[in-house]
Amino acid sequence: MFEIFTRLADWLVYHLADLSADTRMGQALHFFVEDTVKIFVLLVVMIYLIALLRASLNVERVRDFLAGKHRGAGYLMGAGFGAVTPFCSCSSIPVFLGFTSAGIPVGITMAFLLTSPLINEVAVLLLLSLLGWKFTVVYILVGMTVGIAGGFFLDAIKAERWLQSFAAKALQQGRQNRPAGAAAAATLSMAERHQFARDETLEIFGRVWKWVIIGVGLGAALHGFVPDGWIETHLGDGQWWTVPAAVVVGIPLYSNATGVIPVMESLITNGLPIGTTLAFCMSTVAASFPEFILLKQVMQWRLLALLFVMLLCAFTLIGWIFNFLFPVL
Amino acid sequence: MKNIKVLGSGCTKCTKTAELIEKLARELGVEATVQKETDVQVIMAYGVMRTPAVVIDEELVHSGSIPTQTEVTAWLQS
Repeated sequence: MFEIFTRLADWLVYHLADLSADTRMGQALHFFVEDTVKIFVLLVVMIYLIALLRASLNVERVRDFLAGKHRGAGYLMGAGFGAVTPFCSCSSIPVFLGFTSAGIPVGITMAFLLTSPLINEVAVLLLLSLLGWKFTVVYILVGMTVGIAGGFFLDAIKAERWLQSFAAKALQQGRQNRPAGAAAAATLSMAERHQFARDETLEIFGRVWKWVIIGVGLGAALHGFVPDGWIETHLGDGQWWTVPAAVVVGIPLYSNATGVIPVMESLITNGLPIGTTLAFCMSTVAASFPEFILLKQVMQWRLLALLFVMLLCAFTLIGWIFNFLFPVL
Repeated sequence: MKNIKVLGSGCTKCTKTAELIEKLARELGVEATVQKETDVQVIMAYGVMRTPAVVIDEELVHSGSIPTQTEVTAWLQS
């Protein structure tokens, strides 16, 4: 089904630009053209279709749904909604406070916020088209697990002790009087759904296209210019220390899932073990310094440091487990 | 005289929202003060979770996106 994009790239690069398929430049450019065009087309089509379906889902409804849920189910649903709810990272602080002041435990809120950048329709789509369904399923399961386990852990150690005082007070009040009025499920006409889906497509596409170009560009550079076998020889055995090293490098780097997935593809096809790749990529996506600075508004340093260490351990563990269990996936 | 607040943590969309409202207010000749509110505690007090949000005379009228010209015009003229 995706062959058409290969042919298009063949024609553009080898025919029109007259580059040889044997040169590094030719290979890199071919990879770049094929992947960007494919990703752009898929993005537009799929974002539109998915937006049609979820036009009536928003963070307010998720909050009302999660408020008053039993904890056990809460983590699972928090992470699940994190994956499917449209949500811009610039709203993470208002969402955090909105959930908190509805009395939702910090762990469930964090399950939502941790899963949200890792899994979304754009990420899933890219994974499917670049790395296949098996890898996609693994990625989704791992992402959900990080959210659920992370949330559970934060509540287990009573992380709410280390919120900034106004946020802690909001949580306290929210527990006592749950806001009664549930946001009414809007019934939308098909025309309204179309309108929403069109806006959503333009908006998401407008936000992610640069990332696709950067990500695919980096991937192409890896493909074309890192000598074949270099990664495999040096990092291919999944030596234990490579995983924490990848996470430590990945956390301060910031990318969203859209930018990092083409790089993942390139790293994997170049022979980097799957665990190391997952550890590196998930840590770039889930954690970044700008986000930690934002979170400082609602959390004390101690909780931030804890969150940082928790993610570091989680991604390292994931890397080790996958390197150990799935030498070849 | 309308007292308009744009709530948001300083993202580009919030700036654009404020600019749009100021521009339309000038064009329509409506007297209004437009103020950007970035304090998370204030945003929380309005119960807003998706920014940018617009508050006119202490009433929340919009949340979650840059409003359209038509919407802003309607608020200004009401």
